Amino acid sequence: MKFFGSTPRNNSIIGLPEEEFYRYGHRACAGCGESIAVRIIMKAAGKNTIVVTPTGCLEVVSTPYPETAWRTNWVHSLFENAAAVASGIDSALKKIGKRNEFNLIAIAGDGGTFDIGFQALSGAFERGTNFCYICLDNECYANTGVQRSSATPYLASTTTTPAGKVSRGKTEWKKPITEILATHGSEFVATATIFYFRDLYMKVKKALSVKGPTFIHVFTPCPTGWRFPSEKTIKVSKLAVETGAFPLYEIEKGVLKISYKPEKLKPIEEYLKLQGRFAHLKEEDIKQIQEYINKEWERLLKLEKCGNIYKTLPLE
Amino acid sequence: MKTLISGNEACAIGAKLCRPKVIPVYPITPSTHTAEKISELIANGELDAEMIKVESEHSALSACIGAQVCGVRTFTVTASQGLALMHEVLFNASGLRLPIVMGVANRALSAPINIWGDQSDALAERDSSWLQFYCESAQEILDTVIQAYKISENHDVLLPSMVCFDGFTLSHVSEPVDVPEQSEVDEFLGDYIPYYKFDIENPKTIGALAFPDTFMEFKKQQEDAMRKAKETIKIVNKEFSKKFGRSYGDGLIDAYNMEDAEKCLIALGSLCSTAKVVVDNLREKVGIVRVRSFRPFPSNELRDICSGVKAIAVIDRAFSYGHAGVLYNEVKSALYDLKERPKISNFVIGLGGRDVRKEDIEFSIKNADKNEIFWVNTKE
Repeated sequence: MKFFGSTPRNNSIIGLPEEEFYRYGHRACAGCGESIAVRIIMKAAGKNTIVVTPTGCLEVVSTPYPETAWRTNWVHSLFENAAAVASGIDSALKKIGKRNEFNLIAIAGDGGTFDIGFQALSGAFERGTNFCYICLDNECYANTGVQRSSATPYLASTTTTPAGKVSRGKTEWKKPITEILATHGSEFVATATIFYFRDLYMKVKKALSVKGPTFIHVFTPCPTGWRFPSEKTIKVSKLAVETGAFPLYEIEKGVLKISYKPEKLKPIEEYLKLQGRFAHLKEEDIKQIQEYINKEWERLLKLEKCGNIYKTLPLE
Repeated sequence: MKTLISGNEACAIGAKLCRPKVIPVYPITPSTHTAEKISELIANGELDAEMIKVESEHSALSACIGAQVCGVRTFTVTASQGLALMHEVLFNASGLRLPIVMGVANRALSAPINIWGDQSDALAERDSSWLQFYCESAQEILDTVIQAYKISENHDVLLPSMVCFDGFTLSHVSEPVDVPEQSEVDEFLGDYIPYYKFDIENPKTIGALAFPDTFMEFKKQQEDAMRKAKETIKIVNKEFSKKFGRSYGDGLIDAYNMEDAEKCLIALGSLCSTAKVVVDNLREKVGIVRVRSFRPFPSNELRDICSGVKAIAVIDRAFSYGHAGVLYNEVKSALYDLKERPKISNFVIGLGGRDVRKEDIEFSIKNADKNEIFWVNTKE
């Protein structure tokens, strides 16, 4: 594989910290992509980190009172307010002269990011809250039983967009959350996924080295929600990138850089056929999705050539 | 020294004297001037705090939670729709046992949209496990903000407080207010000692998931804290009186002319001032009990002071639709245990900023023994 820019040229585990701050014992489903992502994120963020997690799978599986999987400071308040809670933490630490002692990250699901938490997230970015907001995207409300979110891909069958005699699944395309946050004026936004864990690790490191709001959109396959065997999580993650379903890129200081460019995109069918949520798709559906992905990939390549196209707001 | 300030300014200055470090706010009528005054105090270097200009009230209280778990004192202010938008955050803040203090300039809830005063906003949040104080004057707003920090932060209590004051009647009316010296308030309040906070060496998991086997114990602890708060409120009221020379009844209720009263009027907030003028001019023996602390509710205190009273008029500026006035429900339930129960009537007055007139109070006193619910001064 090829890595570009600031991301490493390999995907080796060598050199990553051995210490775990998101530990075993949590109650996530077998093969949970989210849990793998959080392990890597926390290795990058380290001990002196405050994590804000809104309501969702992660909060539920990691803190069944009186147990906890967290070995750093962690707070859960509500579903839509992770970014606002983070703003309060940022201000308080600044006021007591301890801001430099802590990394501050929010780790939320796609429901808490794309949908119900979006207002608070947009507000925190506008206010310039100094934190890294990480969205673990499993493309549905998995915690409540796999309902559609605005992160759910086109034509996926969920419990609120079930495929049926007259329905082909979800009728809308996925919301382009990373670019939406880039246009807020953030200095660093990126996409990542668990197969390319070293890339994810480096992106978290980079995000935390930047002052002001940063965003990482992490693609985390969900065997329960997407209906694939739990041992295929990493394979699905890898295929999502290789087929262009979830391209890896970063936008640093307004410049978009694709993190991994396959020589040629694999057919999207290879990715779709692994998952029960797409089992109902007909040939023409797959063709339609393939066309959309090709167009998006072309658009991304063009954006990369544009140089500085996203504004960044100077911080005080 | 006395200065002429509005209720909103008194609220802001009261907060300033308590030195909150983080103040997230979202403007809403009629509480806006509190936020503006705080901005001004910060801009002039008179208050060393971070003001977070959030994008909603929901985020305002959420940011208070974030700051408070870092171990700092916070303050915010809101009203009406803003308080309603905070609804779920209220329960979260009290459940996390964070002693946040919030000003509430009481205002009606939409629809029809109405920016004027009544108490439906805060009274609708009575079950949120926040302490609720209702003030009668600008002076009391300032004093109650200071008292509220002392009460909420007591480790036997650890519940947040709402300092409620009538929209416009108090928020926008200027009165002479005695503003205490900063040093006196510092002495009275002391440094904020959080019960828990983030700690690198001893990391905390805050806001964990409680299953049915533990949830009820958390909730029972909140109720135990509410009960302890009653005593704390009384003690703080006494300490405050010693330090500043002002007190408000026993802290929970403020009684007027109750020594040999045959009838009495029970209400919340500023309309009690109007009621005092009315009863002073009556020939009957009528007293007034102003409920200052709505949560915790002073059931025992009301029972004691109302024993021997023949008829009670409960005035409400909020209504629980399909049943009765909110305060009336509480008073009736508290007095059920009296051996000789008085007659109790309910008078719904001044919703959405309608004037509370002397004749409305007179009407209430006159009809106290009717055992009925009256909507007073409404058109056909």
